[in-house]
Amino acid sequence: MSDSSDLSAADVRHIATLVRIGMTDQDVEKFRIELSSIIGHCNSLAAIDTEDIEPTMNGAFADRIGDDVMADDVAEACFPVEDVLANAPVREDDYLRVRGVLD
Amino acid sequence: MVASVDDPYIGLDEAAAGLRGGTFSSQELTQAAIDRIAATDDSIRAFITVTDEKALADAAEADSRLQSGDAAGSLTGLPVAVKDVLSTAGVRTTCGSRVLENYVPRYDATVVERLREAGAVVVGKTNMDEFAMGSSTEHSAFFATGNPWDPSRVPGGSSGGSAAAVAAGQTIVSLGSDTGGSIRQPGAFCGIVGMKPTYGRVSRYGLVAFASSLDQIGPFARSVADAATLLQVVAGPDPRDSTCSDRDSPDFSADLDKGLDGLTIAAPREFFDPDSGIQPEVLAASEEALGVLAAQGATIDRDTSLPTAEQALPVYYILAPSEASANLARYDGVKYGFSFTEGGSMWDNYEQTRQHGFKRRIMLGAYALSAGYYDAYYLKAQKVRTLISDEFDSIFNKAQLIVTPTTPTVAFEQGAVSDPYEMYLNDVFTIPANIAGLPALSIPAGFGQADMPVGLQFIAKSWDEATLFRGAHAYEQATDWHTRRPAI
Repeated sequence: MSDSSDLSAADVRHIATLVRIGMTDQDVEKFRIELSSIIGHCNSLAAIDTEDIEPTMNGAFADRIGDDVMADDVAEACFPVEDVLANAPVREDDYLRVRGVLD
Repeated sequence: MVASVDDPYIGLDEAAAGLRGGTFSSQELTQAAIDRIAATDDSIRAFITVTDEKALADAAEADSRLQSGDAAGSLTGLPVAVKDVLSTAGVRTTCGSRVLENYVPRYDATVVERLREAGAVVVGKTNMDEFAMGSSTEHSAFFATGNPWDPSRVPGGSSGGSAAAVAAGQTIVSLGSDTGGSIRQPGAFCGIVGMKPTYGRVSRYGLVAFASSLDQIGPFARSVADAATLLQVVAGPDPRDSTCSDRDSPDFSADLDKGLDGLTIAAPREFFDPDSGIQPEVLAASEEALGVLAAQGATIDRDTSLPTAEQALPVYYILAPSEASANLARYDGVKYGFSFTEGGSMWDNYEQTRQHGFKRRIMLGAYALSAGYYDAYYLKAQKVRTLISDEFDSIFNKAQLIVTPTTPTVAFEQGAVSDPYEMYLNDVFTIPANIAGLPALSIPAGFGQADMPVGLQFIAKSWDEATLFRGAHAYEQATDWHTRRPAI
């Protein structure tokens, strides 16, 4: 990818492949312009001195340091299979049916 | 005045008293809400799904509990509306997207479960920008919602349906979700109270995730007291959400009537800068509000600054899309949701399935997280988040509350904002509280251009919602902005 905040069409196609989103040529040009503009605005962060500054993962992170948020390892009832599969686009018996990964 | 189901702007306490005193039944109150929706929603379009049959059945059950004296829940028989980002068992939950157009959850979100346990009657699911990404509710996959004060204008977003429903008297209160201002900004645009709790205060189990380090569920209401009551019902520990704090909820209404004596309220200068693009009427209303707060006994500290706050917007537009790109990876058409199955290969099916909606922010997030860019964007944004949090902390060393305008402008005309970054600027005053995880709310504070409502934002330190409600309630009681109603 290029170093400036202006993305190329190839950059946009590469990102679209990473996230598995289908793109028309019109989409590519639209997102090239929009993403370049937004990233340009975000490049102001580079000027902020963050030497020796720890990242914050979320606002409550400090509140949870030292807490044990792991649940006890006790088996609980799962959702019934029919519930889990109720919204399945394609099912076969008690399974989700998908296309083969390998052709 | 005796409370009546004919008053679409009845409050929770009045309605509860009417139910318990036998003035009206929950079925009558719920029918009145359904009738009001039917009469007004052609122009407002707040609801994606109205659950009228189930609501009336739930109301009948509430009535029998009220009659038997078994109505312990604080919301027994009272109508509420829920943003369509929250899972409702047996009721479709679309998230404003074609991808989930036919998705019917098998379980309730924790907040919905708590509403039901408290006896509330859910009247429907409200419209929103697709996957909660937007600031105008124009970007729902189904239709745009109108602002009750002027339906040609936006209600704000992404929780625009929940805000419009409360402002239009279609429900007493509602729930929304706020990632960068998605409760407070529509609250301001619609002239009602919209509140985002401290990050970790409310369980997000069953909330369709957008940006997991920022999302928080919160109440809309026509009064501060009603917002506090609704938060009380939905807040508190939940083992099903590991980001939900194990702190027990205090009584959020305990300090409502304590007034402002002894409180110091900071007004950081960056939020009151006439050269920042803020509309003069919004700035004037906010300045006037500071005068009201001072007259009520607060000490106003104008010598405060949040210098890094201006970086909150770029921080947000790195963090939120990055987290969204991970959260929305689940919409692959395999387990639920829209599925394209006719492609030449598995990859082709994925690409065709995922080409509907939500593209820009996922692309932006994937870029910020991709090899060679993670340190420069996502990690950098998390470090600047630390600096922003530290600046808030230093203000809260000398003040209990911060007050700012909620938005730089009043509600704009539908279709008026097309540039993505210009749309993002709507949230410039609300995003900092999300970045730092702080509780914040918007309250009606006057009217600006085109006689549209102006919102005033209060921000408190983490876990201090009680003081947030105290300050906002004192302001509300000293003004009459919250009593104004749209002409619909």
